[in-house]
Parts: sequence; structure tokens; C-alpha cells
Amino acid sequence: MTFLVGIAIAIVWMKDLIAVVMLAGIYGLLSASFFVAMDAVDVAFTEASVGAGISTLLMLVAITITGRSEQTTRHKPALAFFVVVITGGLLIYGTIDMPYVGAVDAPIQVHVAPRYINDSMQEVGVPNIVTSVLASYRGFDTFGEAVVIFTAGIGVLTLLPMVRSRKSDEAIESLNESMHERHMVVRIVAKILIPFILLFALYVQFHGDYGPGGGFQAGVIFAAAIILYAILFGLPAARRVINQSFIQFVAAFGVLLYGSVGLVSLLNGGNFLDYSVLSADPIAGQHLGILLIELGVGCTVTSVMVIIFFHFAGRKEGKQSMKEEETR
Amino acid sequence: MVIGLYNYWIVVALMMIGFYIVIAHGNLIKKIVGLTIFQTSVFIFYISMAKVDGGTAPILADGIERFSNPLPHVLILTAIVVGIATTALALALTVRIKEAYGSIEEEHIQEKDNQAC
Repeated sequence: MTFLVGIAIAIVWMKDLIAVVMLAGIYGLLSASFFVAMDAVDVAFTEASVGAGISTLLMLVAITITGRSEQTTRHKPALAFFVVVITGGLLIYGTIDMPYVGAVDAPIQVHVAPRYINDSMQEVGVPNIVTSVLASYRGFDTFGEAVVIFTAGIGVLTLLPMVRSRKSDEAIESLNESMHERHMVVRIVAKILIPFILLFALYVQFHGDYGPGGGFQAGVIFAAAIILYAILFGLPAARRVINQSFIQFVAAFGVLLYGSVGLVSLLNGGNFLDYSVLSADPIAGQHLGILLIELGVGCTVTSVMVIIFFHFAGRKEGKQSMKEEETR
Repeated sequence: MVIGLYNYWIVVALMMIGFYIVIAHGNLIKKIVGLTIFQTSVFIFYISMAKVDGGTAPILADGIERFSNPLPHVLILTAIVVGIATTALALALTVRIKEAYGSIEEEHIQEKDNQAC
């Protein structure tokens, strides 16, 4: 815990943005291990793959485009510090009334949680309570979140349209050949690793009912494998494996799948996203519904992450090749 | 007293560091990192609230009676993934600003805007 504060302070002082981003990655990993200590394994899983993995990568790509050094001047640091200290003091004053961490009779523990813990096995039949709350009790929220992720994907698509030309592809291709010798070891290791990463992602996807895991985590891990491939073998190679329009289709398909599960349950006489009516046996219906919507979430998360990375990286390579053509 | 509220104080400290970065630094990437720190402090806050003494991870198994509260876990799990999506959007905007203004320092952008007026 105290390490977290130390790293955050280091981030304030660092001028080199690459170091800042690396520290942010370490910060993500540390907070993930803290979540494990707090018994939140699902959350830790997500934070480890997102905070330490994908977000660091995206920030690094963004930095390669925008430059790595920060200017030394700050806006009125004294005033800012004053505001921060006052707000912090008030917040600490507020915490004095909070129940202690881990108190069994805290207000948060006595309202909805007991119902989830005691009844979810009969009502949903899934051992992992987090999954049953995520996918079944609060299916509406999760649907909204899937849509938000999808919208963010669309946002990045519109903000950073692909710059590409045939010629630059060929130039990159020839560069790729020469890189092959140098990165031989890394590439071979990656080739061995990637199938296992993909397999692990699928395990996380379909094992979410019984252990920590589910669509969100699996999506991020799956995307990480594809991004690893794109980094080591070059963007054009990765694009040949995963077609741009195909991945956009998958992103939309995930959200659609989620929505249609809701509609089907509506047509079968239940409420929106009430899976019990999907099958003759309510428990089997719940299982089916959770499986399908986790799949939808997984599809959307994977493809949106991959789209975002491809567009950032594609932006950079497009600009490089444009500059090369200008100098010629 | 000290041990019981320690987590919340760390949360406040982290939150304020993030807040300070956002208001005092001009570099847009740094601001985004600051926002990420702020965001993580909120995650830590929720997860700390969900902790129950002597409880385990909320996965039902025989012989375990006390679990930590699953509801905040669900909220934070989705919030993390939504957070990375919005961060990506912010980074995309930063890239566009860099292309339009040639800089991601707030002051330079302000100067250029003033000149344009």
C-alpha cells in the first residue's frame, strides 16, 4: 500500500514520459496484488491484464507519436498544492465516520450482499458469485458497459482514421525481412507462447462460472496475444491475419449477441435479460444465458482493444512512411 | 483506529496525488496518467469497503461460510475495462491535438489559440 503512494509521488516528479508510463504499469501491477490481498480475485485479474498490460502499451504507442519529454513549467504549483491539501484534509475528516476496513457489520455488508451470497446458488447455479452478479443480477449494467466499450472503439475509429498506402506497405514489408534476422529469438519465443496465451484466454472465458475470470478478462488477454503478434511481426502481417472489417464486425457482433439474448428472453415471456426462460430448466437457462453474454462481452472487448491498438500503431507507421516519401 | 482507517487514508493520498497531477501539470499525457491514478484510488476504495475480516474470495465452495462482498467487485471489474476504453479515447484525442497544434503542452496550445483569434 505504502509502495503505491511512493510510486505515485515518483510519477509526479518524473519528467521523462516513458519512465512515467513504466511506473504507471508497476503501479497497476501493485494495485492488482493489493486486490488479491483484499480477496477480490476477479478484480485483480482484470487490473493485472489491463492496468499493467494494455494501458501501458497504449500509452507507449501514444508517446511515440507525441514525443517523450515533458516541459518543466507548471501552472501555479503552490495554489494547486493548497487546493489539494484542503480537499484531502476534508476527505480524511470524512473517513473518520467510516466503518473500519473489514468490519462485518458495516452498512455495505448487510443489505444486498447476503442475498447474493446465500441465494445465488439456488437462483443462478454458478459458484462464482461475481460472475452471477455480473451477468445475471446486474445484466443491465454489464450490457451498458459493453455498449460504452463499443462506443469508445467507434470514437477511436473516427478520431484516428487509417492512413495507408500500398507503397508504404511494401516498404514496411522489406524492412520486416531485414528485422527478421535481428529479432529471431524473440519471434520464435513469441510463436511458441502465443498459442498458449490464446488457449489461456479461452479457458478464462469459459471457466468464468467456476473460478475467477469471464468475458472482460478473457477479452483483454486475447487482445494482448494479438497485440504481441502485431508488435513482433509488424502491423501489416497482423492485419493480414485479422482483417480490419472482420474485427469491426466482431465488435458489433458481441454487443448484438448480448442484446439479442435479452430480446429472446423477452420474447419467451420473461423480463429483458431474464435467462431463466431460455430453457425448460431455469438453472440450465441461466447457464446458457451467462455463457452467451460472456461470449458477447469477450468478443466486444477483444476486438475493441485490437482496433484501438491497430489504429494507434497504424497512425504512427502511416506518418513515418509519409515523411519518408516527402524526403525522397 | 489507525489500522482500521489506514486503507482509506492511502486512498485519499493517492487521489490527491492524481488530482495534483491533473491540475498542476501542463502535459496532456501526464494529465491522463494522473487521471488513471485517481481512478485506481477509487477502485481501491471500493475494494477496501468490500473486504470482510476472515472472509475469502466470493466463490462458493464447501466449508466456507464468510465471503467478501461481491457487489463492489462486479462494479469495479467493469469500471476497469471501461476505464481503459475511455483512456484510449483520451489518448486518441491527444494524438489529434498533437497533429493539429504540434504540441501537447497546454501553454503552447493556448498561445496558438490566442494567435488565431
